[in-house]
Amino acid sequence: MAKEYRTIRNDVALPYQWALGKTWVGFFDGLKEEKIRGTKCAGCGKVYVPARSFCPECYTDMTEWVDVKPEGKIISWTLVKAKYYGQVRTPPYVIALIKLDGADCGFIHFVDGFDVSDVRQLKRKLKTGTKVKAVWRSEKKSDIHDISHFALIG
Amino acid sequence: MSKEEYRIVKGQVMVPYELALGRTWSTFYDCLKEEKIMGKKCGKCSRVLVPPRSFCPRCFEDMDEWVEVSQEGIIETWVYVNMPFFAQELKIPFISAQIRLDGSDTGFTHQIAGIDLSDFDKLREIVKLGGRVKAVWSKEKKGNILDIAYFEPVK
Amino acid sequence: MGKAIAIIGTGQTRHGRRSDVCYPDLVREAVTAALEDAGITLKDVDGVVLGTMPSMMEGVSSTHFYFAEAMGSIGKPVMKVETCGSTGQSIAHCGFYWVASGMADIVLVVGSEKMSEGDGQATMTTVFDPFFQRTFAAGAPGVFTMQSMEWMYRFKIPEEKGRDAAALISVSNHDNAMDNPYAHIRTRVTMDDVKNARVITYPVRLLDVCPASDGACAVIFATREKAKKICKKPAWIKGLGFRGEEFFYGESDKSIWMSATEAAKEAYRHAGIRNPLKELDVAEVYNPFTYQEMIFYECFGFCPRGEAPDYVLKGTFMKDGKLPCCPSGGTLCTNPIGATGLVRLAEAALQVTGKAGERQVEGARLALSHAMGGVDQFNAVTIVGSKL
Repeated sequence: MAKEYRTIRNDVALPYQWALGKTWVGFFDGLKEEKIRGTKCAGCGKVYVPARSFCPECYTDMTEWVDVKPEGKIISWTLVKAKYYGQVRTPPYVIALIKLDGADCGFIHFVDGFDVSDVRQLKRKLKTGTKVKAVWRSEKKSDIHDISHFALIG
Repeated sequence: MSKEEYRIVKGQVMVPYELALGRTWSTFYDCLKEEKIMGKKCGKCSRVLVPPRSFCPRCFEDMDEWVEVSQEGIIETWVYVNMPFFAQELKIPFISAQIRLDGSDTGFTHQIAGIDLSDFDKLREIVKLGGRVKAVWSKEKKGNILDIAYFEPVK
Repeated sequence: MGKAIAIIGTGQTRHGRRSDVCYPDLVREAVTAALEDAGITLKDVDGVVLGTMPSMMEGVSSTHFYFAEAMGSIGKPVMKVETCGSTGQSIAHCGFYWVASGMADIVLVVGSEKMSEGDGQATMTTVFDPFFQRTFAAGAPGVFTMQSMEWMYRFKIPEEKGRDAAALISVSNHDNAMDNPYAHIRTRVTMDDVKNARVITYPVRLLDVCPASDGACAVIFATREKAKKICKKPAWIKGLGFRGEEFFYGESDKSIWMSATEAAKEAYRHAGIRNPLKELDVAEVYNPFTYQEMIFYECFGFCPRGEAPDYVLKGTFMKDGKLPCCPSGGTLCTNPIGATGLVRLAEAALQVTGKAGERQVEGARLALSHAMGGVDQFNAVTIVGSKL
């Protein structure tokens, strides 16, 4: 019976070349200058971060750029302990959904700057509404990790 | 629009898989180790399929009867592959072919080699549709389809 | 045929290498164009069907999630269909069935691909099973060439005749694409250019094969009542057919190709077509490979088996011939895989409604569209007409 459970390993590696388009190029170039930029819809007035080329609700082009504050409040968070293939960071680490001041939607990133492995400490420090601010990576590459993480304010 | 707006981000996605062979295909590979090519015969339509299947795709019934097929057969069709693409397993140039082994009722996918593959015009004199080929075994068996190293044209 | 369903609008992107936009924006370009053509807004859309190649193609898993905003599907029901090359037709059939079920009045169908962002051949290689066939795969060229060789051998077609006919098909499609502002490849070629081009998988050469394109297409289906109310020139769905074959290549005869033959037969039955060569005005056949295109002509009953090269060389399928094939330039000049089958339908609809601009075939009233998917595994046909 053991013989019937044979498996073979097969790894698939595929290369990609993703086009960013004008709006996302604008967003990532903003990160280079330590600015977090969103776009504002002329119709409903909502500001989306990262910037979008069109409003998801109104389906119209969004051309007005808005610099939102590189700080805001935690909407929700979680401590990642599980490992999976191709993970960008080694667990444990915290990811959070953050409402930046001036934006009308949540923005995902890491929360760091203290010992995140202790869950009890995390639960005390991180709540909905906890204030955080962006900490920049010194080397800028025009990608999402130009923001290294968000740190607690106060 | 400026050239900057045409920016491309490069990335790679690596996805690992671990695939179950199941009873029928495990047995097929075990038999390749012993230099036997096994097919299965359908109790209803009597077709012999190689590689063997656990069920007949046309009758949708379990296939239980193992049949050893010949190591020789006819070239149903072939193609000379001399173009590279990412993560290709075989080295180019190679010949991919459909071979109808004697005693079976399907085309069996494998490669034709054992001849000089560098001169396409010369090899076309040797490799022809309807021509006969025979299996050449790999010395080292790894439990995959290349335990049959290739099929060689029979003179 | 069941209920009468119409196409009330179509939209396409400029196909080609679209590094100027991110993938979602490409999808939106087609959707916006279709909405404009139909004269409706997203509010009028009751459901959305999306089709693309599987995740590996562009490296973003689940395009139905990725394009939620771009295809205007927020707050709406969505269906996703993936059948590789035949995706465009599968999603069209899905849209048709949805409206025909009575559960939606207007359905938006979207197909897209951004082939410049991934590795097409490597992705298509994963369609083969990893145990037996994948090792020997040489992508689409490998399979289609083997099929074409088998067909020429079976019907004793001399190599030179096959070569000439395939070259003429290439010349004809490239010429036709010059009149199509959406087409990817828009350059004229000569018979000599085709016959001397770089070998891909002998005898198939560079100008015998399609490009890898970025592009999207959207088509809007509506009930008879809605169509009569809001559309000046609806294109009515007259027939559809779809068949699939076994997975393992080598099991069935690809020179006779049951799935292509039966899919067409079923569509003809619905449409009441007995003599396709005579009754069809246009055929937008899925044609990424010139040699293989001739096998489709035979399967669709345009000519007897083994005689397609003769009919081709007579000019039967050129724009001024008895049955113009691919006046758009076909898949041979434009191939964003997830959209391709839908582009064939959109082009057929444009033809029968007189909206095909420079590539219009005079007086076209009944047109066939088609696409093939997988390793010669699925075939789908949709026939549209100007009359109910």
